[in-house]
Amino acid sequence: MAETILSIQDLKVNYGGIEAVKEISFEVPEASIITLIGSNGAGKSSTLRSIAGLVRPAGGKILFRGDDITHLNSSDIVKKGITLVPEGRKIFPNLSVLENLRIGAYLRNDDISGDLQWVYELFPRLKERSWQAGGTLSGGEQQMLAVGRALMSLPKLIMMDEPSLGLAPIVVKGIFDIIREINNQGVTVLLIEQNANMALKTADFAYVLETGRITMSGSGQELLVNEDVRKAYLGT
Amino acid sequence: MRNTKKRDWILTLILIAIVTVFLVYVDKNMHYSMLASVIQKAAIYSLLAVSMNLLNGFTGLFSLGQAGFMLVGAYTYAILTIPMKQRVNVYQYFDGGLLKFTVPVVVGILAAGLVAVIFAWLVGKPCLKLKSDYLAIATLGFAEIIRAIVQWDKLGPITNSSNILKKFPTFHSILWPVVISAFCIFLIILLINSSYGRAFKAIREDEIAAEAMGINLAKTKMQAFLTSAFFAGVGGAMLAMFQSSVQAKSFTSAMTYEILLIVVIGGIGSVTGSVIGSFLYIACSEWWLRFLDDSQTYLHINIPFMRGGFRMVVFSVIIMLIVLFYRQGIMGTKEFSWQGILNAFQRFKREKAGVDNG
Repeated sequence: MAETILSIQDLKVNYGGIEAVKEISFEVPEASIITLIGSNGAGKSSTLRSIAGLVRPAGGKILFRGDDITHLNSSDIVKKGITLVPEGRKIFPNLSVLENLRIGAYLRNDDISGDLQWVYELFPRLKERSWQAGGTLSGGEQQMLAVGRALMSLPKLIMMDEPSLGLAPIVVKGIFDIIREINNQGVTVLLIEQNANMALKTADFAYVLETGRITMSGSGQELLVNEDVRKAYLGT
Repeated sequence: MRNTKKRDWILTLILIAIVTVFLVYVDKNMHYSMLASVIQKAAIYSLLAVSMNLLNGFTGLFSLGQAGFMLVGAYTYAILTIPMKQRVNVYQYFDGGLLKFTVPVVVGILAAGLVAVIFAWLVGKPCLKLKSDYLAIATLGFAEIIRAIVQWDKLGPITNSSNILKKFPTFHSILWPVVISAFCIFLIILLINSSYGRAFKAIREDEIAAEAMGINLAKTKMQAFLTSAFFAGVGGAMLAMFQSSVQAKSFTSAMTYEILLIVVIGGIGSVTGSVIGSFLYIACSEWWLRFLDDSQTYLHINIPFMRGGFRMVVFSVIIMLIVLFYRQGIMGTKEFSWQGILNAFQRFKREKAGVDNG
């Protein structure tokens, strides 16, 4: 197996007095797609948010390429190469598509025109709408913009919080195609999803999170055929 | 693309030339007219409004400390630049005051901005963590406190207590306030279009997303707050020069609301809107709507409600109408551009042609 890029050790996250994540450990190998699935409130978002430095973990360690990043703030974490695509897209609605993308490259001082080109090639739709305000895009286009914006920081690891949320099935399929495409270009993907079916089909390896604990793990294919997973998350 | 850029430059230079000629004419021939005084005050208020817009409109931080920073700037300028000879007169109750030196005008104006920045840092450190209305209350509180502190007896040798500060250098030509304001606003526009400005806007749009993109919220908010305070301080100093005297009690929260109003009328998040708003507001309140304060007689009937203060009533009604029906303000979040004007002109022509044909 490839080298580990992100390693989570006994991570604990408290959210307003509630233990959202209770000492979970998992690893993300380089250039893979890893997914955490689980129902509402299982602690998926809290895990991602603490890796991104948006919430302080209550305990445990987060290692990125061997460096301890547990207590770094979010801008240092982005600098190291981890970028979060937040839940609900959270694009900047009154700024143009181009400005949104430029803010994605906020911490970079080098020339971004080549990467802008790259993102526009991944999402030709965004190029067409480059001068349009982000808020006028459709849901799917906004998700593309959120992913493109995150890619502008040239992450080694891109974390996506529910990219399929509120999107039509056909659009969801397009988003997952893009996720695979990004991964093929060498970016490691950590994905959390309620849409377990799509996530498991895409992922190399998956973890199941239940009320703050990892209860199961396995390759995407293994979990897809697992009886418990099918009952709880796939509805069959 | 290059051609439009060239055209825009030429048009801008022509506009600047026309404005300069006009200002020089006004300065030479009607230096003491209402027009001259409106131009000066409106230019200064433009800077104050743009600096407030930077915070409220571009960064999304609702702050009401503007009058406080203006007061700090005005006092700093006045205290530092009163000529030594005049100090005995000005500080008559405090033996000529504590300061035994005078600085040049430029240094005084810069110091006004810098001292405002120091105060902003002290206020911002604890307060910028607050969100929306709470930040407004905290900064409003600061403005009120600083006004009280300046008038404190014990500070008399420096601030002249609650007595008036005067005799400091003022503007000799109406060009100065316009030039200084224009230069400062130009700097603010450069800032807004830089990556700093983009970070400000990102915070306004969505704090969580901004943070996820690696924008340091505390640091960036502080940058916006300090920049705004600097220009508020410079604006305060210019206001002092324009009025040729300073007294703490005039820097009330009403002054902050006045500027907030200009920002809202012009369009929250538009620099040109703030400038247009300032000229309209100042022209109305100082000049065009003045007649409302005097008793008027039409057709031998004396209109009973036209008396001192009625202007403010009309003003309030206008403001209510704007807030109710024209919430975007004059410019919304748009900026002035030659292309926009040409487009509007063409649309007008086409519509006219359409009417003629139809």
